[in-house]
Amino acid sequence: MKFLFEPLTLLTFFPLLGVIVLLFMNSEAKTAIRWVAMVTSLLTFGISLWVLSQFNASNPDLQLVAKYSWINVAGWNIYYYLAVDGLSILLVLLTAFLTPISLLSTWTAVEERVKDFMIFFLLLEVGMMGVFLAQDLFMFYVFWEFTLVPMYFLIGLWGGPRRIYAAVKFFLYTMAGSILMLVAILWLGIYGNTFSVPDLIAKGSIPTGIQWWLFLAFTAAFAIKVPMWPLHSWLPDAHVEAPTAGSVILAGVLLKMGTYGFLRFNIPLFPEATVKAAPWIALFATIGIIYGAAVSYAQKDVKKLVAYSSVSHLGFVMLGMFALNVQGVSGAILQMINHGLSTGALFLLIGMVYEQTHTREIKVYGGLWKVMPIFGTIMLIASLSSMGLPGLNGFVGEFTILLGAFGSKAIGSPWYAGISAIGVIMAAVYILYMFQKMFLGPAGEITQHHQLKDLNWRELLTVTPLLILMFWIGLYPAPFFNLIAPAVEKLISALPL
Amino acid sequence: MTQLDFYTILPLTVLTVWACVLLLADLFIPKDRKGITAFLSALGLAVTLGLTITQVGHENTGFNNMVVVDGFAAFINILLLASGLLGIALAYGYIKRMGLERGEYYILMLFSLVGMMLMAQASDLIIVFLALELLSIPLYVLAAFARPNLQSEEAGVKYFLLGAFSTGFVVYGIALIYGATGTTSLSGIFFAASNGTSSLLLTIGAALLLVGFGFKVAAVPFHMWTPDVYQGSPTAVSAFMSSGAKIAGFAALLRVFATAFPSIAIDITAILWVLAALTMIVGNISAISQTNIKRMLAYSSIAHAGYILMAFVPYGNKEVLPISIAAGLFYLVSYAVANFGAWSVVIALEKADGKGLEISDFAGLARKYPALAIAMTVFMLSFIGFPPTLGLVGKFYLFRAVIAGGYTGLAIIGGVTSLVSAYYYLRVVVNMYMHEGDPTIENEEWLNFTIATTAIATVALSFVPQWLFVMASTAVLRLL
Repeated sequence: MKFLFEPLTLLTFFPLLGVIVLLFMNSEAKTAIRWVAMVTSLLTFGISLWVLSQFNASNPDLQLVAKYSWINVAGWNIYYYLAVDGLSILLVLLTAFLTPISLLSTWTAVEERVKDFMIFFLLLEVGMMGVFLAQDLFMFYVFWEFTLVPMYFLIGLWGGPRRIYAAVKFFLYTMAGSILMLVAILWLGIYGNTFSVPDLIAKGSIPTGIQWWLFLAFTAAFAIKVPMWPLHSWLPDAHVEAPTAGSVILAGVLLKMGTYGFLRFNIPLFPEATVKAAPWIALFATIGIIYGAAVSYAQKDVKKLVAYSSVSHLGFVMLGMFALNVQGVSGAILQMINHGLSTGALFLLIGMVYEQTHTREIKVYGGLWKVMPIFGTIMLIASLSSMGLPGLNGFVGEFTILLGAFGSKAIGSPWYAGISAIGVIMAAVYILYMFQKMFLGPAGEITQHHQLKDLNWRELLTVTPLLILMFWIGLYPAPFFNLIAPAVEKLISALPL
Repeated sequence: MTQLDFYTILPLTVLTVWACVLLLADLFIPKDRKGITAFLSALGLAVTLGLTITQVGHENTGFNNMVVVDGFAAFINILLLASGLLGIALAYGYIKRMGLERGEYYILMLFSLVGMMLMAQASDLIIVFLALELLSIPLYVLAAFARPNLQSEEAGVKYFLLGAFSTGFVVYGIALIYGATGTTSLSGIFFAASNGTSSLLLTIGAALLLVGFGFKVAAVPFHMWTPDVYQGSPTAVSAFMSSGAKIAGFAALLRVFATAFPSIAIDITAILWVLAALTMIVGNISAISQTNIKRMLAYSSIAHAGYILMAFVPYGNKEVLPISIAAGLFYLVSYAVANFGAWSVVIALEKADGKGLEISDFAGLARKYPALAIAMTVFMLSFIGFPPTLGLVGKFYLFRAVIAGGYTGLAIIGGVTSLVSAYYYLRVVVNMYMHEGDPTIENEEWLNFTIATTAIATVALSFVPQWLFVMASTAVLRLL
């Protein structure tokens, strides 16, 4: 029972307490339900900050380790194994940070089945925390698959008109990748006689030929989740149909599960295959960057535009990660956070105006700035952050990534970085195009005929924390890099470069 | 008959005698109080369960090595008796509501269970045959129990004809094996075969046995009867059949092949590989287009037979055999639990006029009866192999055994077909949660009890599967 009193157990499973309380609440008491969920997620965030205070940034290894034998018969050696290191600490914080913000955004947006919504949301938080903290492959797989279930319901129950299609597509796509990963996990478990990732890494030396297959199997799961071009087609559907809070978490955290998977499993477990695959991943990432940006520009639905921009942004993350040098990987990790902040903010803001107008078509808006100046200002900041304006967070991440990718030995050619840099310009084009059509110029149909209200205090409260972080990372990113650096150096030094 | 002989079949004897007594006693139980028969049958099962548990950890053979008691038999028998108890619990209200309440129902179940248990203990082909008949004949009657309902009669006749046909295969196979080795005892066949008499005759005999058992466990291409029979039979019977008969069939298959035929594993393994792959593929793909929940569950049971068959494929490999048997047993448990749960939910929705059996009839269930919808979701997730359910642990265990045996390709087929299965299992969830409807359900205590127990077990056991693992991995065969 000692495992129950570990800090990371508390962090992972604390939202379950909220779920249990919610189960016994009357589903008509909507406000009370919202408060219970809110308080639970805020306390979880508090716990994550406490974990951060216990975290030693100069230590590159796993910390706050909770390792207990779980299933141990017939050569299984499955551990209850939670731990955090520089690769995951920021993502853990991001998860705990975005959950209360998302919940706040649902305050008036979700009126139907509020209790079920909150239960699924808190369960989702458990799953996401587990994914970032689990260091045993079996445990990781359980959490990884588990996140699908609440997200499936969030899209399918509270989503838009084509929600069922989107939910099922999301479920099947992700599961398709996981299945291959499952086979690879089992192979590793038999090979290493353990499912514990650090032990498997320590054992090392998987024959290169097999490494290649295992790498591909893990890549299948993670590349779909990221999503990398050409496996991205579930993303626009899921994003467009999901409720606002679902989109925020989907873009902010769930996609990062894919990139994190590469970082945690592919790179350290299959070093030879990683180095060999780096140019290919870089190629697909570059295509994704350009493709995502180009398709974004063509969208009529603003949510879809942001969704495709995710494909482009996550392409940067993949490019940086497979540069396989300290700059590239640190930039990639920071960019995961940046994308969570800026895209999260964009989805929140779009959700706020959608709540009033019930349309997301770009062309019916126009001249919004005049009617909603505060909203316009915040939207402008989020947009600039998303396109990587210096002084805001996006710039720091993308710049570091491109720097890493230019000098990368693993990728072997500066062309990928060179072409990807065009993606930054294209991002400016589609984001500013969207901003111009919606906020500037003559008042559009909707702007004329709706009594649009500017943001209220709750909505401001929802986005302000995101804005603060955007400026913080943009102006003074050192504390963030300091958290990441030792773990990244350790990761890179183990590679046969 | 020595005391030891008697001890090996003690639970079987008690259950048989009890069933015979009940058959007589039932005559004196008034028509409107057949609940007493149900209770007495359950009591008999509980006593037998107690006796079987005392046999755990013992290894004996009786009747000149024709019947055996070992960890494997005890595990299977406990599972079968538990299925019997669940089978009675979910039938109790159902047959009353459907106007089928006759005491024989429970007694036939008991007889069938005796056959199933004997099947798990048989170590001679003659006993296997005897057990097969004893388990099947009551099931034929049960399938047609809803007479004069035409569908049910059709189910009974179809099951009987195809069952008889498959028994023919078994008998013919036994005859050929006897011809090749001069014995019907499993150990005798093993010695004869390993002494070099591994002839074509033996291989053909073994293949014919496989065909016969293939019918019983509904493996493709011997599965044609399954959807019709499961759909036509009273739902409570389908629930019992799809768990009990499958468990028993697999028990016999495992014991016979692992004990008697390791020497011809090279030939048989390829056949098993193809059977398992075909069963998973055909079962899952056919299930997609079903609109009737009973038919869908029938195809799903075919598909799961394919998964369990995967555990048989490495049976010739002495090193992997123990873990693959354990994995097969574990999967049988996870399947049986979720299967009973899912069928119980179907029973809860079925109306006396046979309506309420379309998947679209589940629409709106989540809003009106959230607990029932959650339970059904749990069962569906378990069938797919998703956390947090026992089905995930079962699949994990099973695929691991298959990969350890060197059949990674088969594991990939298993994985991909699981993905296919997600599509049709999710459709039930979509209907319950995302479509509007106004379903009505029958609120029966024992049915609710079954649903609650199986749902809780499916989730809870996934967190603490350790003891079940230990049980399954100690329930190894008494191999030669």
